[in-house]
Formats: sequence, C-alpha cells, structure tokens
Amino acid sequence: MSIIEKSNAEKSGKANTEKYVQLENVEMTFSTKKGDFNALKDVNLSIKQGEFISIIGHSGCGKSTVLNLIAGLLVPSSGFLFCAGREIATPGPERAVVFQNHSLLPWLTCFENVHLAVERVFGGETKAQQVARTYAALELVGLSHAVEKRPNEISGGMKQRVGIARALAMEPKVLLLDEPFGALDALTRAGLQDELMRIMQKSGATGVMVTHDVDEAVLLSDRIVMMTNGPSASIGEILTVDLPYPRKRLELAENAEYNHLRSEVLKFLYERHAKKAA
Amino acid sequence: MNTMRLSKSLIDTLPRKKVVANATTAAAENVHKEPSATSTEAELVETEVKAKVADKPLPKPTEPKSKLVVNIEQLLKSVLPAIFGLLLFVGIWTLISHQSPNLPGPMKTWDAAVTLFSDPFYDNGPNDKGIGWNILASLQRVSLGFGMAALVGIPLGFIIGRFEFANKMCAPIISLLRPVSPLAWLPIGLLVFKAANPAAIWVIFISAVWPMIINTAVGVSKVPQDYMNVAKVLNLSEWKIVTKILFPFVLPYMMTGVRLSIGVAWLVIVAAEMLTGGVGIGFWVWDEWNNLNVEHIIIAIFIVGIVGLLLELMLTQIAKRFSYE
Ligand SMILES: Nc1ncnc2c1ncn2[C@@H]1O[C@H](COP(=O)(O)OP(=O)(O)OP(=O)(O)O)[C@@H](O)[C@H]1O
Ligand SMILES: [Mg+2]
Repeated sequence: MSIIEKSNAEKSGKANTEKYVQLENVEMTFSTKKGDFNALKDVNLSIKQGEFISIIGHSGCGKSTVLNLIAGLLVPSSGFLFCAGREIATPGPERAVVFQNHSLLPWLTCFENVHLAVERVFGGETKAQQVARTYAALELVGLSHAVEKRPNEISGGMKQRVGIARALAMEPKVLLLDEPFGALDALTRAGLQDELMRIMQKSGATGVMVTHDVDEAVLLSDRIVMMTNGPSASIGEILTVDLPYPRKRLELAENAEYNHLRSEVLKFLYERHAKKAA
Repeated sequence: MNTMRLSKSLIDTLPRKKVVANATTAAAENVHKEPSATSTEAELVETEVKAKVADKPLPKPTEPKSKLVVNIEQLLKSVLPAIFGLLLFVGIWTLISHQSPNLPGPMKTWDAAVTLFSDPFYDNGPNDKGIGWNILASLQRVSLGFGMAALVGIPLGFIIGRFEFANKMCAPIISLLRPVSPLAWLPIGLLVFKAANPAAIWVIFISAVWPMIINTAVGVSKVPQDYMNVAKVLNLSEWKIVTKILFPFVLPYMMTGVRLSIGVAWLVIVAAEMLTGGVGIGFWVWDEWNNLNVEHIIIAIFIVGIVGLLLELMLTQIAKRFSYE
C-alpha cells in the first residue's frame, strides 16, 4: 500500500514545481521515558519552488520538528515527505539548515566552520575558488572582520550569522531556518532580514523559516503557516501574503494590507489558539 | 521471557554504570585539584585588594606597599604551608625513627641518597647497576606498555563510543576484565611470552588500557547531537566526522584517560618488577630489601613518587595545550 502511495506522490511531484516540497499526512510521535508523545498529526503542506514560507506557532508546538523532518534529521512516524519529487530519506546539503542554536563547532574558526560546508558541496572546484566562496559567504553576513575568530570569541548574534553564512555558502535548493534571528538585537535583525530577502530573491531557492516574530513572518513570507498548539499539533491556517517585492519595511508600516495580515496572524495566535499561561 | 529481558537490561545497565563511575572519578580528580588553585587565586585577589587599599591616597598618608613586597608576600603565603607540611613530615619521621631502631631517620637517608646519586649510571654487571639505569629501565617498560595501550585503547574507545553494536559487544567483556588486579595477568604473560620483560610490559598494557578505552568511549558518546546534526546536513564523510567533530570533542576526555592510565601504569610497574626481577626500580626495591638496606627502600619510595608526579605534570601540560577553549 505504501508503495502505491509513494509512487503516486512521486508522479505528481516530478516536473511539478508547484509541489516542490511536500508533506503528506505527516505524523510524528516521540517515544519518551514517560511513554509516547504525539507531537504532530495530519500535517499536509505543499511548497512551491522558490517560495518562502514561515511557520509560526506557540513555543513547543512542533515547529522545529516540522523543519527537522524536512531536513531529514527526523523520520516521520507515519506519512511521507518529498523534495523535488523524491522521498526525503536522509539529510543532505541541498537542504541546508540554520539551526536554532547556531551549532557551530567551537574548535574551528568562523572561516573553518563555513569552509567545512563549502569543501563538501564544492569539492570539485579549486582550493582558491573554495576559499573565495567561504570569504564571500562571511562577507555577505558582515563578518569579514571576524573570520579567524573562534565561536566563543564572538557575540551570540555573530554566531548566528556564521550559521547563516554556512548554510548560504552551500547554495542549497531549500534553505531551512529555525528562528535564525531569534538571538539578534532589533537593528541587526532588520539588516539581516533585508539581506535574506535579497538573497532569496536572487538565488531562487525555496525557504522555510520557523519564527516567533509576526512582523518577520509577514515581511519575508509568501505564505504563513500557522500551527495549532500541541500535543498532536497540526496546521491551523495558511495565510497568503500578497505583497509585491521588493518589500520595504518602512513603506509597509503604513500599508493597509500589511497591517491586515499582521492582525490576522495575531488573532490566530492570541484569540483562536491562545496558549494558556502555564 | 522475563529472565531474558532481565539479563538484557543487565548488560545494558552494567557498562553504563561503569562508565559513569569512571567519569565521576575523573571529575572527582579534577575537583580535588581545583581547591588549591582557587584558594591561591582567592589569596591573590585578597592581596591585590589589600594592595589597592594601601595604594589609595588616604587622608593619613601611609606607606604604599611596593609591588615586590606584595609578590614576596604572595609567594610566602603559597609556599609556607607546603614547607610547614614537609617539616612536620620530617619531624614525625625523625621521632618514629628514634623509637624504632630499624627505621633510618631523615639524615641517614639523605646521606645514603647523596652517595647513591653521586654515581647513578655505574654498571657492574646485570645485577648491580646504578639507580639511573634502574629508573630508565622502568620508564622504558612503562612507555612501551602504555604506548601500546594507547594504540589499542583509543581507537577501540572511538569504535565502542561510535557504534552501538560494538558497545554492546564489548561492554560485558570490559566490565568483567576491568576490575581484575593487573598482577593477576602476570602469569598469563609469563606463559605466553616465556620471558620476564615482555610479561611486565604486558601487565602495564593491560592495566593502562581500560581507562583509555572507557574515557574515550564516554567522550564519543557525549558528543552533542547538534554537532552530529551538522555532520548529517553537510553529509560529511566518516573521516571528516572523526577528524573535525569527534576527535576535537573527545580530546579532553581522552587526555583524562591517558593521565589515569599513566598513573596506573607507574603504580603497577613497581609491583610487576618485584615479581619478574631484572633491572628496574621495582626489582631494585626488592633487592635492597633482601640486603636489608632500608635507606634505599625509603629513597625508592621517594623516587617512585617524584617520577609519578613528573609524569602526571607532563601529561597535564600536554592536555592543556590540546584544549580548544
Ligand atoms: N527528541 C524528542 N523527544 C521527545 N519529545 C520531543 C523531542 N523533540 C521534540 N519533542 C517534543 O515535541 C514538541 C515540539 O517540539 P519542537 O522542538 O518542535 O517545538 P518548537 O515549536 O520548535 O518550540 P520552540 O518554539 O520553543 O523552539 C515539544 O513538546 C517537545 O517537548
Ligand atoms: Mg524550536
């Protein structure tokens, strides 16, 4: 039965940029010491090639779990995930991840951390080309001055930027970001959001970003996926953001559509799916 | 079915416990070392504060302490207790030696040591060599046994830590063999190698190998999932995973294992050599006992202690160099 299901999805997935990344009836149950914990249930989502979507929801609802499933770091308890018409079985560099807690290797310098990824993906290129790519990625996030520093010698925001540089340097087909700007101050965050928007437009990569920030979600996304609260969390509503690019945050602040979308997300989060104060 | 589950869980829990116990001994060692460092630091801060207070222009002009005076004060504060301790030790030793006529006092021992070390490298045939040769012979055995233990133990630790199957496979054997006294292996060594020297090296090997296997394996099993996720997303080769992620992370654990191992190896060599004979500090002690030369036995105790201390210090320095923090 599963083979039939799979082949069906593969047929529809292939040559179909409408369903570039696809989640079909995904369910995730973690087995813990206290028994099974059903984190996700009935998650269905199709993402177009080149689309940027945000996943928003209360803490602990399962946003990171969805992202890790797409990354291939987790295997669903049931259901299927596809990317470019193929079932996602293992992680791979074509689906780069910016981790929630940056996950830099503390014994490598910023340069080496990024270079590790470059070496792997662009192994066919000359050494000089690889080095140039590494520098370019670090320059993109404004860290040219800190290339030789170790992660414990730089600020939290800088670490997160190295994590972003590492993912971008791989020139992935799908960029997965888990609260990439969560640890940053408002100014740096705004700068990097603009930078990310520009990069995504230019590269044509597909993006999936987990966020807590409503403004960030509306500003960056083509669609906002709003998740219900766990356990057995699922997708509550999907909001399409029909704002033209390039988006300028200052102009949008007075845009009626922008403000409408913003209040829609807020209503979902704080009225319809409010989290009871623990 | 019930018994099956029980035995399986036994196997599962046993090695873990061992591993934890080992890790805690390592931690305890570190904790044990910490207080002296922190107390000297505290003293340092204290004297600095005092110096600052003294430096401040008070309404009544006081003599500001010069930096040299402060430094000497610090030195005295940290060295004086040690000197007191040693004096006390020598004092008690003298007292006891007065009570018991067979035990030589500190002065007699010192005199014997001076003559002994005035010609450490004489060679009057295989049974009468200078103390230097004896120490070197023991060190050579230790480094051979210890080196082989490292060559076997560290890679094995990596494999056990990395692959669950290898862990389950080796855990029962390790749990069974580890608590065995190293000297119990000596007859096996004599039997297999048919010579005293390789047998002694074998005993060193078998006693030094466990801490290295276990500490390395513990280190590997503690590698944060985050780092392994990075490796997975980048699709790193097994070689890159080992060199760029596992090895740097495990290094401090490994060095703890190495330090424990060299301690054990040096501990065991004296006993092993007493049994095997030949040239070496252990046999030298036995020989001097047969000659009833008690001064030399006491000197040997000091030599063993000092060499052990130096080995430990050396490895601690090496470990510090390798730390990435
Ligand atoms: N490996 C795991 N084992 C057991 N439970 C897990 C595991 N990973 C996640 N969970 C549980 O699944 C739920 C969703 O976790 P997840 O990390 O996806 O939340 P999140 O939405 O990303 O939260 P946050 O916004 O705080 O990062 C949580 O209740 C969490 O406790
Ligand atoms: Mg999360």
